[in-house]
Amino acid sequence: MKAVSFSKESILGLIALIVFILMSLFIPGFFEQNNLNNMMFQLPEFGLLALAMMIVIVTGGIDLSITYIAAMSGVAIALMQSHGYPMLTAIIVGIIVGLACGLINGTIISKIGVSPILVTLGTMVLFEGVILSITKGSSISGFSESYSLIGNGYYMGIVPLSIIIFIFFAILTGVLLAKTKWGRSVYMIGSNPVATLFSGVNNSRVLMRVYLYAAMLAAIASIIMTSRYNSAKVDLGSSYLLQSVSAAVLGGTEIQGGYGKVIGTIYAVIIFQMLSSGLNLMGVSRPIVNVMMGVILITVLVLNFVKGKIEEKNQKTAAA
Amino acid sequence: MSDYLLQMTQISKTFPGVKALDDVRFEVKKGEVHALIGENGAGKSTLIKILAGMYEPDQGATFLFEGKDAQINKPIDATLKGISIIYQDLSLFSNLSVAENIYIGRDSGKKPWKKVNWNEMENVAKKALQELEFEIDVQTPVEKLSIAQQQLIEIARALAFDSKLIVMDEPTSSLSAGEVEKLYRVINKLKQRGISIIFVSHKLKELFAVSDRFTVLRDGKYVGTYDAKELDEDQLITLMVGRKVLYEKNTEKGLAGQTLLELKGLTKAGNFKDISFELKAGEIVGITGLVGSGRTELAQAIFGVNKPDSGEMTLNGESIQIKSSEHAVKKGIAYIPESRKTQGLILRQSLTNNISLPILKELRNGFGLIKRKKEVDLAKHYIDTLDVRPAHPHRAAGDLSGGNQQKVVIGKWLSTKPQILIIDEPTNGIDIGAKTEIHKLLRKLAAEGLGIIVISSELPEVLAVSDRILVMRHGKIAGELDIAEATQENIMNYALLGSKASTLKKNVQASKEVSV
Repeated sequence: MKAVSFSKESILGLIALIVFILMSLFIPGFFEQNNLNNMMFQLPEFGLLALAMMIVIVTGGIDLSITYIAAMSGVAIALMQSHGYPMLTAIIVGIIVGLACGLINGTIISKIGVSPILVTLGTMVLFEGVILSITKGSSISGFSESYSLIGNGYYMGIVPLSIIIFIFFAILTGVLLAKTKWGRSVYMIGSNPVATLFSGVNNSRVLMRVYLYAAMLAAIASIIMTSRYNSAKVDLGSSYLLQSVSAAVLGGTEIQGGYGKVIGTIYAVIIFQMLSSGLNLMGVSRPIVNVMMGVILITVLVLNFVKGKIEEKNQKTAAA
Repeated sequence: MSDYLLQMTQISKTFPGVKALDDVRFEVKKGEVHALIGENGAGKSTLIKILAGMYEPDQGATFLFEGKDAQINKPIDATLKGISIIYQDLSLFSNLSVAENIYIGRDSGKKPWKKVNWNEMENVAKKALQELEFEIDVQTPVEKLSIAQQQLIEIARALAFDSKLIVMDEPTSSLSAGEVEKLYRVINKLKQRGISIIFVSHKLKELFAVSDRFTVLRDGKYVGTYDAKELDEDQLITLMVGRKVLYEKNTEKGLAGQTLLELKGLTKAGNFKDISFELKAGEIVGITGLVGSGRTELAQAIFGVNKPDSGEMTLNGESIQIKSSEHAVKKGIAYIPESRKTQGLILRQSLTNNISLPILKELRNGFGLIKRKKEVDLAKHYIDTLDVRPAHPHRAAGDLSGGNQQKVVIGKWLSTKPQILIIDEPTNGIDIGAKTEIHKLLRKLAAEGLGIIVISSELPEVLAVSDRILVMRHGKIAGELDIAEATQENIMNYALLGSKASTLKKNVQASKEVSV
């Protein structure tokens, strides 16, 4: 029988639980309704972007334009609503704008074959330029009241609506990745694109859908963000860009592709959220929080790398 | 002083779970060519890696170089002692010049701020190349050179380091017959200078052509060291595998039912030209020829991943253009590529995920979700029928031996219920026992009505499985032979000279070899 071993994800879940208990015990104000609510309201937007990033990374790519896609959607929604279009129309247009951005990334990456980091670096600057030329750098507001409920409202008076949206998309992503042909192909391409192509998989179509799906998640995140902040501007969510990469890799996603799970990414997002909130409550200044996050991330990555090396070595020798 | 340059005794190497080397001895004399041979997994590479300082042997090993106790803990120790290793896939810096490649590593680490002495570098390179009688502008970037030329650069580098021992790992695997001849001449020259050479190869004829002595390993154990004169090929094979194995030439005649595939004048510039042939249900067509003769490119064109420029392809009597691998699978064409590890399998993924990949579409339920149980059952079915070991559907494909990996790839393609199976180098890097098993399997599949194209460089293999043999040369079909008339000799005539009738020089023939 198999030796008892814990997956990366369950270890991460345990760490999240320990962090939660320690912070609740030792940081005054952490385990209070107000703080817990704050964290729950902040989590969905970050979580959605991290999931989007995770999927792209599993294919061996990266999407540096992801937060600017969110900003594009957000600005589109804001413009529509401030010009008097109904909320639902605005949301649909926002999602379409996001998908169009994803289509640009997907086309250049999957059909032409340019490397994702270069393409999305380019489209990041492109989208930023487009937004700036529309907004002239200012923020747009004028959302309807019902729109602000998406990011600020509660379901049944206790659960934030945005958390429900997040859980829905997290489950959807998990099912798509684990149970569908597309999801399986995502992992396969990330592990070995040539062998996948030679197995009769249309790699290009799979990648196209990956960038479209990531863009859609970004658009959903932008709905939550604009609703919460009641405004949209060029740097909407831009601080989440590198954080989402961090959360994906802290969550066990392999940066060279082939492995990554929804649950791991969610645990990582929760850990980041708690650390940031807890340290903030302790009065640690923002720059120092960043330093600590950096140190944690590097530590985890080094540990993963060393663990991988040892496993690889064992595997090689077993095959020899 | 003894006449031994290198004496390694009581060499063992234990990896977790595996004893890769068990009390092996290996002694090389000054100025000899010493062949190190054994099946895959016999421990050759492990031994070479210990010699190179990449692995550390277990306790108790003794390691003498020039009669003195040698401490080789890191690769640089080996280099400084005068041991150079030329790996199969070469280790040159492709965008640096010939001179830089030959000189590199000379004063690495010492005074990194020191200015590069370009004149000295070029002189050293020129001198080394002169000794090999290899004329080339030392400023040429290495990427512009052929594989054979690059190999000479590696040898020149070894000379420039005053190497006393040069290890060549499968040096001829990507060389043409003429280039192999040249390499032999270089080896003789090195020998005359008193340099010892360890030659690692699978190709028996080649080993007999150059080696003075053989050391045979089997399953990590030392079998013995022999003088080249006291052995013949059969004896050597027996020593390697511990039993006598020969492939029988195929005598079964395939069914040759209706025509499945027909190519007419298929052409792709630089790959293959004017290819026409038919494949019938139940027959195996062998395609052979030298590496680089366009065989693989042709196979990939049929599979839809290498689009031909012109020509016609007919499938079941209907003209068709295969647009993608996906399209090929839909049309019942399966392609098992040459490199199992990089093209055939996704090593980190489980056997199940590998086997089901081409037919995931058919394993979905009404919601588009994969039926996992059905998927695992499918994998189990092929694991059982093909006798894959270990028979565990959730093991990673990378954990299996070469032969079992190949069975998994075959299983993966059988699951698509193909009508045509193209298999490129079916037994590359597989142990002899497993090879015969794969051959039998192919014959069995043909008997069940599959049309099979087997691409192989191993003539005994082509002869063992095919009903008909096509020989390719420079992208064209140089000849077609029925199995009844085919022999290694007339195939080689077509492959090397493009005709059946010409006489062949013995040394040319020797270079295209029986491999095991």
